[in-house]
Amino acid sequence: MIINHPLLGPRDASEFTYLGDASLIDRPDWQDENAAEAYYEYGYLRDNPAGEHQELWYHEAGDRSWLVVTRNTLTHEISKVEMARDVARARGRSK
Amino acid sequence: MTQTNRLDGGQIDRNTSLSFRFDGRNLTAHSGDTLASALLANDVRLIGRSFKYHRPRGLLTAGSEEPNGMVELRTGARKEPNTRATTIEMFDGLEAYSQNRWPSLKFDALAVNDMFSNFLSAGFYYKTFMWPAAFWEKLYEPIIRRAAGLGSLSMEADPDEYDKGFRHCDLLIIGAGPAGLMAALTAGRAGADVILADEDFALGGRLNSETFTVGDHSASDWATQAVAELSSMPNVCLMPRTTVIGAFDHGIYGAVERTGDHLATLPEGKPRQILWRIYTQKALLCAGATERPIAFENNDRPGIMMASALRTYANRFAVTASQRVAIFTNNDDGHRTAADLHAKGVRIAAVVDVREDAPSSYDYEVLKGAQVTNTKGRHGLSFVEVSLPDGSTRTLDCGALGVSGGWNPNVHLTCHQRGRPVWNEALAAFVPGGELPVGMSVAGAANGIMSTYGALQSGAEGAAKALDLTDALPDLPEAEDAPIAQTPFWYVQGCKRAWVDQQNDVTVKDVKLSYQEGFRSVEHLKRYTTLGMATDQGKTSNITGLAIMAEVAGKSIPEVGTTIFRPPYTPVPIATFAGRMKGQEFHPTRLTPSHFWAKERGAVFVEVGNWLRAQWFPQPGETHWRESVDREVRQTRASVGVCDCTTLGKIDVQGTDAAEFLNRIYANGFAKLAVGKTRYGLMLREDGMVMDDGTAARLAEDHFVVTTTTANAVSVYRHMEFVRQCLCPDMDVQLISTTEGWAQYAVAGPNARKLLQKIVDPEFDISNEAFPFMACGNVTVCGGLRARLFRISFSGELAYEIAVPSRYGDALMRRLMAEGEEFDVVPYGTEALGVMRVEKGHAAGSELNGTTTALNLGLGKMVSKKKDSIGSILSEREALVEPDGLRLVGIKPLEAENKITAGGHLMNADGPVDAAHDQGYVTSAVYSPILNSNIGLGLVKNGSERLGEKMRLVSPLTNLTVEVELVSAHFVDPEGERLRA
Amino acid sequence: MSRPISLTLKENVCVHDLVAITALGGTEPRVDSLGGVTCTETPEVALASVAARMGQEINATKALAKLIDAPAPEVGRWAGTTVTAFWVGQDQWMAEAPFDSHEDLAAQVKATVEDAASVTEQTDAWARFDLSGEGIKAVLELLCQLDLRKFDEGSAARCSIHHVGCFVLCRSPEMVSLYGPRSSAGSLHHAIVTAMRSVQ
Repeated sequence: MIINHPLLGPRDASEFTYLGDASLIDRPDWQDENAAEAYYEYGYLRDNPAGEHQELWYHEAGDRSWLVVTRNTLTHEISKVEMARDVARARGRSK
Repeated sequence: MTQTNRLDGGQIDRNTSLSFRFDGRNLTAHSGDTLASALLANDVRLIGRSFKYHRPRGLLTAGSEEPNGMVELRTGARKEPNTRATTIEMFDGLEAYSQNRWPSLKFDALAVNDMFSNFLSAGFYYKTFMWPAAFWEKLYEPIIRRAAGLGSLSMEADPDEYDKGFRHCDLLIIGAGPAGLMAALTAGRAGADVILADEDFALGGRLNSETFTVGDHSASDWATQAVAELSSMPNVCLMPRTTVIGAFDHGIYGAVERTGDHLATLPEGKPRQILWRIYTQKALLCAGATERPIAFENNDRPGIMMASALRTYANRFAVTASQRVAIFTNNDDGHRTAADLHAKGVRIAAVVDVREDAPSSYDYEVLKGAQVTNTKGRHGLSFVEVSLPDGSTRTLDCGALGVSGGWNPNVHLTCHQRGRPVWNEALAAFVPGGELPVGMSVAGAANGIMSTYGALQSGAEGAAKALDLTDALPDLPEAEDAPIAQTPFWYVQGCKRAWVDQQNDVTVKDVKLSYQEGFRSVEHLKRYTTLGMATDQGKTSNITGLAIMAEVAGKSIPEVGTTIFRPPYTPVPIATFAGRMKGQEFHPTRLTPSHFWAKERGAVFVEVGNWLRAQWFPQPGETHWRESVDREVRQTRASVGVCDCTTLGKIDVQGTDAAEFLNRIYANGFAKLAVGKTRYGLMLREDGMVMDDGTAARLAEDHFVVTTTTANAVSVYRHMEFVRQCLCPDMDVQLISTTEGWAQYAVAGPNARKLLQKIVDPEFDISNEAFPFMACGNVTVCGGLRARLFRISFSGELAYEIAVPSRYGDALMRRLMAEGEEFDVVPYGTEALGVMRVEKGHAAGSELNGTTTALNLGLGKMVSKKKDSIGSILSEREALVEPDGLRLVGIKPLEAENKITAGGHLMNADGPVDAAHDQGYVTSAVYSPILNSNIGLGLVKNGSERLGEKMRLVSPLTNLTVEVELVSAHFVDPEGERLRA
Repeated sequence: MSRPISLTLKENVCVHDLVAITALGGTEPRVDSLGGVTCTETPEVALASVAARMGQEINATKALAKLIDAPAPEVGRWAGTTVTAFWVGQDQWMAEAPFDSHEDLAAQVKATVEDAASVTEQTDAWARFDLSGEGIKAVLELLCQLDLRKFDEGSAARCSIHHVGCFVLCRSPEMVSLYGPRSSAGSLHHAIVTAMRSVQ
């Protein structure tokens, strides 16, 4: 596969390491009163869509950036690639 | 007399005479021949024995689709079985052997299988060898393996080298026939980066096999000129002898270039083959079409070949399979073969055409509405029987029969992303359809466009469309443009044994039987009968099998469905996929800064991940590794030892939020760590399990150096980047690995400070008072070299780790040895390191095994509840904090000499020994030369409360039971007095 | 008495008596020539990573430009004069300079960028091999996945060579620098020379 890196352009997927569902960005608040339940869900529950899937890839043999890749699990079509840091900020992870 | 079947003309070089051997016979050939054409030239028709019935077989085709003509090529370690004679480019000294025969090709003992064919029909494996089950492995399988088969392996390592490479292009053109060449000319002239790949050594495809003209030239001359023009274009890369084997995601193609297969001997260091990964914007498949056979009684005799193959042999290689040839066809293309052979002086026995309205010829007899009903000839064809429309029969004397059942487009690569071909009624063939791989389009015969002009035109248009070219298309040369209509004719009715798949010995009857027995899906048919399997993947048989299935089922072919194809297009040696990654080069090797020195000292090395580390340093007279390791431990604990610990991961963490960042990734706190101090850090996974451990040294308010275990250096760095970018995107923290940059040595033992005081420059006070346990800082050594000093200890001794820029690591080690002579300094390896850490009770990889929590390891109190750190919440899960959970303990045998076995399980002193009563397990076991006893570490239920308890260590697999006692994990210096000395 | 020892490196040039070895273990750099390509081990280079502090990206870029006497390199590029720098990641560069005059490059860089960037010595983290000659493209296409059509003078890219993570810099059409991890120098060198032999 080819991942179109937002900074570097198209790069072979073999340069990347796959982590999993991009929901891993949404780490719960440790001080929440339901933290235990929230972390359980965060750690163990995933959707397994047959279709578009947002997932985390790490450019290990490249610039070491984490990316959020929107990939169709049926066709491997990649419709969007974003810097994970930007996604994290957009999801309110700024301190 | 040799080359009796050689004709005039052709594209061989008659000035070059090459000698080769087949089954020990010396024969001659010309440059430009394949092994197949050379064998035919020498009147060798019998080439091998069939897979199941050991029937005599010859060549069927002239290309890579060949099911029959397989040989063992070359000798010794280079012997390659199942090599298609049709694709072997002739070289001087070539040696080949027929396969699947014993004792000889002409007399094969297992040909008796043919008489028992009734027992060996479809599914015979499943029916015959069902019971008793125990017979399978011992009796049935070995017999089948010997009886049924193809070539044999050399059983030696492949001595050749294989490369991998990467190329990029705007347009990859697969196949250099008329469509491919015209596409390449169009794209190349427009300035696009083009790769044109073809499996043949001569580019041109069928242009090299035909007698008609293209423009003012013969077809092959036109191809030669096109290739010459393409060669002159810097933006065009021609890749002959290159098979595009697969179409992968997002425009990536795999291709195998046979750079050395046509050479008698490879030049030193040159690869035999190169596996290319080709990155394309667009690809144009111009793979042509494959002629399909007609099945009839005994249609597998040597000499019965595809009509187009006979034409290729005659026109390109100037060879005929026999001086007297008949043709059996259902279409006009078969007549071309007759005309071309006749023009070359070959006698045409007759053209047998199933069509009542077949065209006539002045040059040879055409039997219209006729069918071939049987053939005869023991080791090769001698005559065929023909039934005529009036019911009479004719016998035709001939040594070769050309069969043409029409053409199937080569759609294979269009299927590699699960695209399904569609049935084209006019062609009576499958053509590319459905979803093609991204960026791929198809031109020429591969797309069902069967005329030469059509191929040229669709090639030009395909290239222009793929590249969005706006210029007018190049002028196309005039060429043959005959319309094609194929009326399918799959097999002759009423035959008993008519082969559909010659490679797998599958007959028309087998296909019907499969249907009758309920294997009605195409995929079941394939697996039940083995139709379409093995090296040719059914290139000449799949469609016919499908058609018979459709007939029996009373359905149309598209209703029955089609099998799709997967990579590789043709067989690829496993070695090609391995490339250079074999033996020592299977993975990169990482050497420590002291490696060359350690090698001089005769160190024994161990692979730790990619690293090579010194395991121990044998001394003269030491005959067992334990002697070396015991000495290294004793000497270190008695005086001072030095160990290269460069392999531990080192990560530079800087930024105003560096301390806060470490608070997040470590379970314990770092915010209050003073500058100039080091702290042990425990890193958890988010699920609460221990991920890794190490130290973090604070070199400045905003600067830490973090260490990781050797094994986890890469994954911990990745994890830290994940936390930095994905979880804490606005923390001011920067990371970079410095593992390689610093040669870092542990200097351990009571005399460690004295030794280091001779190394560290005197302006730096490293006394216990000025530089206490867990201190760190920048120093200089040996008269001014920048260095880092950490007072940390893995061995439990007074110990330091000293780091200098890697290029000076070798010199520093030598200096430490020289200066340490007065202290009897000893270098120690990973074994002694392991012994000392077990003696000290430090957890390491065996304990941090992915299933252990901080609590398990006796480090539960380190997990801070006052801050947000990875893993802290889930480490509180009920099951993980049970009081009866596993705890790290020391294990000592009651008899010191009794060995402790890592992986052994601990059972109560009394009671049953079974999984239900399991109390825990041993993680690490060593011999301690300090305690003169075997010792171990283990995880035992509620272990910290059970010290002093006697237990049984059992290993049922090795039938071992040892009485042991649970003790503190800190066997040596439990109070930590030594490391603070 | 417990105080941290000096955290300031000595300003003067090193006068120590330790002898350096090259990444391949020699006292002299290794040179291999095959066909039209020469591979030269190049230890005489100092390296320091420069990573902009959060919110200091513009200042860091300016300071870097001053250091290399050229605009800070864009994504996938290198630039500079005596001190050069190449892009390694978002807001992150690697500074390069001659070893003899810049053994303390990290300190020099830090003095220029001050608090705008984090600086880390990387000199001995890497082994450098310079490839020169007409045949380097043929060698490189056996080694790495880079699109060499776009890899022109001034390009800098990270890639994997036989599973070794490397930086590749195009100095000129006939000269390329490869940086690989120092510990893997032997494997990287083997891969390079093997490829040179394949295409010679």
